[in-house]
Amino acid sequence: MSIELRNVSKKFGGVTAVNNVNFSVKEGELVALLGPSGGGKTTVLRMISGLEMPSEGDIFIRGERVNDISVQKRNIGFVFQSYALFKNMTVFKNIAFGLKIKKWAKNDIHDRVHELLHLLGLEGLDKRYPHQLSGGQRQRVAIARALASKPSVLLLDEPFGAVDAKIRQELRDWLVTLHNDLNVTTLFVTHDQEEAMEVSNRIVIFSRGNLEQIGSPREVYEEPNNEFVARFVGVLNVLELTVQGGLARFGELEFPALDRPDGSKMRIGFRPFAVQISSDTSAYRCRAVLRHTFFLGVMLRLELELPSGLVIRSRMTKEEYSALVLKDGQEVSFIIKRYRILRGEGEPLSPEIHSGDTAFSTHGAGI
Amino acid sequence: MAEKKFNVLPGFGLTLGYTLFYLSVVVLIPIAGLFLRVFEISWADFWRLATTPRALAAYKLTFGASFIAACINAVFGAILAWVLVRYHFPMKRFMDALIDFPFALPTAVAGLTLSNLFAANGWLGQYLAPLGIKAAFSPLGVVIALTFVGMPFVVRTLQPVLENLEREIEEAAATLGASRFRTFCSIIAPTLLPTLITGFALAFARAIGEYGSVIFIAGNIPNQSEIAPLLIIIRLEEYDYSGAMALAVVLLVISFVLLITINLLERWASRYQH
Repeated sequence: MSIELRNVSKKFGGVTAVNNVNFSVKEGELVALLGPSGGGKTTVLRMISGLEMPSEGDIFIRGERVNDISVQKRNIGFVFQSYALFKNMTVFKNIAFGLKIKKWAKNDIHDRVHELLHLLGLEGLDKRYPHQLSGGQRQRVAIARALASKPSVLLLDEPFGAVDAKIRQELRDWLVTLHNDLNVTTLFVTHDQEEAMEVSNRIVIFSRGNLEQIGSPREVYEEPNNEFVARFVGVLNVLELTVQGGLARFGELEFPALDRPDGSKMRIGFRPFAVQISSDTSAYRCRAVLRHTFFLGVMLRLELELPSGLVIRSRMTKEEYSALVLKDGQEVSFIIKRYRILRGEGEPLSPEIHSGDTAFSTHGAGI
Repeated sequence: MAEKKFNVLPGFGLTLGYTLFYLSVVVLIPIAGLFLRVFEISWADFWRLATTPRALAAYKLTFGASFIAACINAVFGAILAWVLVRYHFPMKRFMDALIDFPFALPTAVAGLTLSNLFAANGWLGQYLAPLGIKAAFSPLGVVIALTFVGMPFVVRTLQPVLENLEREIEEAAATLGASRFRTFCSIIAPTLLPTLITGFALAFARAIGEYGSVIFIAGNIPNQSEIAPLLIIIRLEEYDYSGAMALAVVLLVISFVLLITINLLERWASRYQH
């Protein structure tokens, strides 16, 4: 194991920022710490680096307990959101800083810095000062500086937060390439679920100081542990239904709820892809008006307004959309093919329930 | 035809005109007058008047004591600013307000208070006298007074820069293995240097121009503890306008050269900033 956290908690005054977290990262993994701001993910990263001390629990790096090892001695590379470059030093001196402290020989420093400049595509910029660089270049200098003394782990705090959208995409691709080349264990913090899904091998999801789920991008999307994860990773439509005579209803929508008493509430959640739309208003039982269509390149996002006024989101590919001949403002019919029953924020979800692709008149199909 | 340059901020002509007018009335015309007046005497006379032994001693004291005072302020002002920005402690706001005291206090009051404190029978002077240190009515007294009036300049110029120091820069240095001391020497100090030079220059300039507080504590012994501005007054009181003007021009030229030098130094120190 490259990094391991055992029962780690952190309190600031009376506030618990991180609550009894356990997880481990294998050598060479690229892991995202994902969660809303204030979720505790940055605090976890800072505790691994040694910039913050855990209130309870133990942290291990490469099998060694590092709780009592100072940040200076942990040999980690840390990249800050603001890059935190030394403004009074050239790019070369920024990258060489850690090596000088570790008393590398002058020739070795020179070779190592130039190796990194080459690796990060910064050739020819060694004599520049940070203010003479673009945002993307500064980011890469910060990473080069963190990698210089061959750290056992690379920690990045919101590495792509401060650059514009196009460069962010480039940097993501580039981080994946870099990680493949160097194979250094890498942890990065992000609040952007798309970024986490795209870049990492595994995702660790935090909310209010608690670790909610660890898994591959596909696992956390398809098999979320609880409602929080389901809502945070990807889009989730949520409906609140009222039970009557063994059926949970929301307007024309009906779902089986055999064991629930009349008048009780039931909530369900479903992904946009689970909504199947037809331009033929009699194809499915439920009707809605197509309010807006958003083109997102290959994918389209559609907003359907139910008769009750509630808006649900659907997604389809460009091909599916062309085949359906849809236009905004048109009345359509739809079914929800797959859904889960929600039991509250931190509670586990029901397994996925399939409604079947047939018309919805046969209630309870596929249970 | 030249195209009129478009600017979203109106009133450029008016404000520039006002700026030039203001600068002329307040700065350029008085300086020009001084030079014109001094041109009325011959070069040989000027040189004789400006380089009397008494005048040379006065320049030495004025610039020497100002320099020492500005150096003291640069060191202790920096420490004061550091403490006020970086740490939290009771009475911090009160202490912060006290920094401006030398700004607000009439210089004559400051001079009177300081000379009372440091006189051989004063509160502080009585402990210094047995050690053989003559704090009041000596060049040392001049340094004390100039240090007092210059102190806020260093603190107030450094404070905002210290407040804007990114915590993350220090943390970054720590993750790279740098000790606190190393971080301070390699990163914090060079970042602060240009501002420290500015604060030093302001304190220095203020000290050169200081008159009110100094004459109370200096003792004003010719060739010993007599500052140049006082010597100008003495010349005027003797109706020796040419002598006064010659001294004034020398003070002006030296001050100007010093300020330009300090400005260049500051530019060099901030070469890696925008």
